[in-house]
Amino acid sequence: MIRVEEVSKRFRERVVLDHVSFDVADGATTVILGPSGIGKTVLLKIMAGLLRPDEGRVLHDGRRLRFGRFADNQELTGGLGYVFQGGALFDSLTVAENVSLVLEETTRLGPAEIRSRTDEVLRRVGMAEHAGLYPRALSGGMTRLVAIARALVADPRCVFFDEPTTGLDPAIRERVFEMIRELREHGDRALVVVTHDLEAARLLADYTYMLRVGKLVRADNVRKEDYEQAYS
Amino acid sequence: MKALVAPIDYLAFLVRCLVGSWDLRRTWPRFIAQLSVHGVGALPVVVITSVFIGLTTAVQTTYQLMGVVPKYFVGMGVGRLVLIELAPVLTGFIVAGRSASAIAAELGAMRVSEQIDALEVMGVDPYRYLCLPRILATSIGLPVLVVVTEVVAVFTALFISSSMLNVPAASFTYGVTHFFMMRDFTGGIVKAVLFGLLIGNSGCYYGFHVHGGAEAVGRATTRAVVLSAVLILLVDFVIAFLFFKI
Repeated sequence: MIRVEEVSKRFRERVVLDHVSFDVADGATTVILGPSGIGKTVLLKIMAGLLRPDEGRVLHDGRRLRFGRFADNQELTGGLGYVFQGGALFDSLTVAENVSLVLEETTRLGPAEIRSRTDEVLRRVGMAEHAGLYPRALSGGMTRLVAIARALVADPRCVFFDEPTTGLDPAIRERVFEMIRELREHGDRALVVVTHDLEAARLLADYTYMLRVGKLVRADNVRKEDYEQAYS
Repeated sequence: MKALVAPIDYLAFLVRCLVGSWDLRRTWPRFIAQLSVHGVGALPVVVITSVFIGLTTAVQTTYQLMGVVPKYFVGMGVGRLVLIELAPVLTGFIVAGRSASAIAAELGAMRVSEQIDALEVMGVDPYRYLCLPRILATSIGLPVLVVVTEVVAVFTALFISSSMLNVPAASFTYGVTHFFMMRDFTGGIVKAVLFGLLIGNSGCYYGFHVHGGAEAVGRATTRAVVLSAVLILLVDFVIAFLFFKI
């Protein structure tokens, strides 16, 4: 479980997060909803230990994340899968190398086992036939699918999705939804999805929160009119 | 205060890169790849520069000494100048311009596109994965390049002295070998190792700490080269003072 306690973050005068507290339960999908630029990614990065909050703390399974330039949270966040909005694929590595990197660098698995797990996860996301391509040759949707494969290959105990469906065509968008739902149904992973897409929240969420002027409010079953009004 | 903190932060970054887990099995292939880029890749420009170092040093030394001291002093002057000062410093500048900028730009682009963040959340130490192989490559590659510079420069100087400057090859060779001191050579190599360390670290440090977009990457690249050049001169003086002060 991930616990966020009284986390605040401001950029100059702009308060992005104002004493935000909430829990991310295992075995459930938590969706954080809000329009672009509201601070959802900031919250996600703080939860992953990538960004230092001005106040507050984040606990992964009861252990506190450390922040700072040389802070080493690998033991805590090592089991974390993170699908970045832009993919963040390593452009000097092929699709297969991008996916297998985490296994090569953090496990003692042999090359055959790594190859087999890489192939399997690429098959799951429908990218097996593109394993030899470099990221520059991929479309936005394909990049997102490879990023998801990379996040899942090490079988993480929690997965963060940053705007997983933004800019995708309907077919790939549906495939991403399906994968997130599959993850939710198999295993007790904690899944966190930040999105501005109300439909994604409806389809995926066990728990929904809305981020408004720095505050996080519970918003299960939010209606479209209420969502639009909240940010008008 | 910032002026005080910055050098400490710079050194802390270097220590963090070098002191973390080396994990030789995983680092070795990346080190070899970086050595190829920053060492072997620099060979053509280093050889061309060395030729001109040899030519110019021979002409200038002959101009200064001819008629004042015996001709073999030209060989001595060229040899010791190249070994102690010119080869390490000028090769250092070339590698700084080539590698510090490339490293800063590469890591800066990785930072901007969240690739370094991706490594962190995957549990891969980015200091070990990205910085250590690059810093080792410049630290080990530069001394080798300096030796290449020394050999090419001295032989070029021998060639031009004997063919165009009226200094017999035997006199030149006698000057180089008779006055050769091991301390000159080791001093130059020690300098090269330190210059390589600083060049690699400057590139990694500024690349790693890029915030913003393409403009910030450009700024980081410039800063990495400028800092490398300044530190080369600073360390050059310190080593000269420690090794060669009478």
